[in-house]
Amino acid sequence: MLYFSKTKIFVIYFIIILLSFFSLTNFIETENNSLVKKVNLGLDLQGGSYLLLEVDSNPIIKEKLQNKLIILRKTLKENAFKYKNLTLKDKNITFSINQNEINKFENFFLNKNNLINSFYQRYNSYELDYSINEGVVSINYSKFGLIEIANSSLEQSLEIVRKRIDEVGTNDPTIIKRGNNRILVELPGLDNPNRIKKLLGKTAKLTFRIVSDDNNFGSELLFFDKSDQKLNISKRVLLSGENLTNATPSLDNRTNETIVSFNLDRVGARKFGKVTTANVGKRLAIVLDNKIISAPQIREPILGGNGQISGNFNFQSATDLALLLRSGALPAPLNILEERTVGPDLGEDSIKSGSLSLLIGFMLVIFYMLFKYRFLGIIADFALIINLVLLVGILSLLEATLTLPGIAGIILTVGMAVDANVLIFERVKEEMKTEKSNIHAFDIGYKKAQTAILDANITTLISAIILFFLGSGPVKGFAVTLGLGILTTLFTALFFARHLSSIYVMKNKDKNIKV
Amino acid sequence: MISIVSKEIEFSRLYKRLNILSFFLVILSVAMLFIKGLNLGVDFKGGTLIEIRTENNQVRISDIRQSFLKMNIGDVTVKKFGNDKDYLVKIELSDNKNSDFIEKINNQLSTDLGSVVNFRRVENVGPKVSNELLKDGLLAIILALGAMLFYIWIRFEWQFSLGAIIAIIHDVIITLGFFSFLSYEINLSIVAAVLTIVGYSMNDTVVIFDRIRENLRKYSKITIIQISNISTNETLSRTLITSITTLLALCSIFFFGGEILKGFSFAMILGVVIGTYSSIFVATPILNYTKVTQKTVLKEDSELN
Repeated sequence: MLYFSKTKIFVIYFIIILLSFFSLTNFIETENNSLVKKVNLGLDLQGGSYLLLEVDSNPIIKEKLQNKLIILRKTLKENAFKYKNLTLKDKNITFSINQNEINKFENFFLNKNNLINSFYQRYNSYELDYSINEGVVSINYSKFGLIEIANSSLEQSLEIVRKRIDEVGTNDPTIIKRGNNRILVELPGLDNPNRIKKLLGKTAKLTFRIVSDDNNFGSELLFFDKSDQKLNISKRVLLSGENLTNATPSLDNRTNETIVSFNLDRVGARKFGKVTTANVGKRLAIVLDNKIISAPQIREPILGGNGQISGNFNFQSATDLALLLRSGALPAPLNILEERTVGPDLGEDSIKSGSLSLLIGFMLVIFYMLFKYRFLGIIADFALIINLVLLVGILSLLEATLTLPGIAGIILTVGMAVDANVLIFERVKEEMKTEKSNIHAFDIGYKKAQTAILDANITTLISAIILFFLGSGPVKGFAVTLGLGILTTLFTALFFARHLSSIYVMKNKDKNIKV
Repeated sequence: MISIVSKEIEFSRLYKRLNILSFFLVILSVAMLFIKGLNLGVDFKGGTLIEIRTENNQVRISDIRQSFLKMNIGDVTVKKFGNDKDYLVKIELSDNKNSDFIEKINNQLSTDLGSVVNFRRVENVGPKVSNELLKDGLLAIILALGAMLFYIWIRFEWQFSLGAIIAIIHDVIITLGFFSFLSYEINLSIVAAVLTIVGYSMNDTVVIFDRIRENLRKYSKITIIQISNISTNETLSRTLITSITTLLALCSIFFFGGEILKGFSFAMILGVVIGTYSSIFVATPILNYTKVTQKTVLKEDSELN
């Protein structure tokens, strides 16, 4: 056990030097980062915001079913079905037909090229499910139809969320999908996520609609955004936010009021021109997420494709509205399921207290080992230092994220790492009682302690692995440092410290070694 | 310490008394868990946690409570957190919270206290996520226990497995019992601590068991009780040194690692102490109760060959 070949020694020290280099690069400030790898600081250490958003696809499902209903009514008429009571209720379209038309309906509904019920080749399934009970047909979305909706709204939402956050201009945001309807947003360095939360909390569906004079069938009563006033607004959407190409906050020269100016694409400009020409003298309501922002009177046709929105904005709210309009509407509302924000000063405090407790824990263990084992204690302590350097090196090489529990994991590794050397030294001590030769005692000691060392580390590794897969957030950082700490502990105890011991024993093979 | 170790300690004389003590502690802990339950934090119960730092030293905790009472946002608990300026506020879960409710709280609090209030940390967990986290946490603990059972089942005879698993369950239940008794908060990091305790306790037990098995092979005439004593003594100095270095590291976290790691390090300290105790006084006696002999070990050996 004490013999090392030259190649083995070379490999051991090569690994140590390599990882020491990467652990040192953490402390070098340089622009050239091709070779420099650094540990990332978690949000709890550098400060920042973590948001978990859920895409609420219920409104989309309702909206899509509403469209289906319209198409269905049309096609049923075209195909001369005698249907009654066609209604949409609770994500179900129901209607009744004659018994003798059921077959005909099924043939039509399951035709792979029909216009209502798409057939998904990849799932080998239809978009919609249907059931017929005593002449009442009930249609709703199938499992795969719902998956398709969820997927597409998640993709679109992700895009819009990314645009909005990019526009705000935070440092290195992380925006990724989580599961099939969630978006995870990490905003390092952001200590007040209120603005982002507000921006993400709005779907920002912009519509231009005419204010109607009475509450007739085609209109609805909507509130103003900033007051309790209400107006009857026509349900017909003349123009929507999709036709916007740009929006910026600006100052109205005449009134000195902050406004949002927008540009329309060609289709939008033509539509807008037509609408404003036809409705001169009427009021045009600008509606955002079913709240009226303003409802100015159309004094003259607006033909240039440019317009402006006024609505008692201050500069901040005008900037935010322009940003929302530029980034486009979310397909579905986003709910914030989880929010964790750490201020930068707390992060700094955590780094300080984390480092302090690491330093103190480290010193305590080092002195205790010296006190307990004297010269062999130096070997164990040297191994402990190398262990720590290697651990930081691996974390940097993997560019792992270091969290506060992660630091706790490193400190715990320091406390538990000496176990391997303790197991060996104690075993050597026992062997020395019966064994005359120092070399033999060490050799057997190492051999016999090996199973116990492996056992000890495997059990902790199992816990770390489970925690890595099931833990979330900062706790995952604990699993990472604890798990990697076990690997470096095994390496230092079984290779590095063993090599040091072998040199020591070879030099003192005839002396009386006290363990 | 070395002098104590070199004398043989008859651990077995304490088996009966300490087993009764352990039994009562487990029963007491289970009763605690059922009657009083655990103080689940926002991670597992949902709700909002805010760490506040006031700029003004004159602020009293009752002023903060008063301000929250006025806001009428449901059940709110306020307590000191570390130094004089820091407070921890926990707001129970409710569904009438808009995305700007934290901003509103900050504004109201700053007005009421008459000075700027710094929100150092905000954790807001909805019911869906807290349920998932709770489920994942329980699953992690169960999986860890299962994995340890599997591991020891491969490594040892069934009597040993039984001893080790009972010892681990003993440790987890008593640790959680302590948390229930002290009303300490259970959050994600406590789950991490429990998993680490499971690993640590297992490791401690396995080292002693390894030695017991080795000695069983060596001596044929000695009873398992004596073998347990010999093996525990032989490994005692390792058991103590490792526990001490681990506790030194953990105490360093507890005293210098800041408020956030207090619960975690406390659970770990508790777990390491209980885990060390249980490998000597819970896991090992079970080998006696299940009548392990040299045959038990040799039988397995012959099966392997």
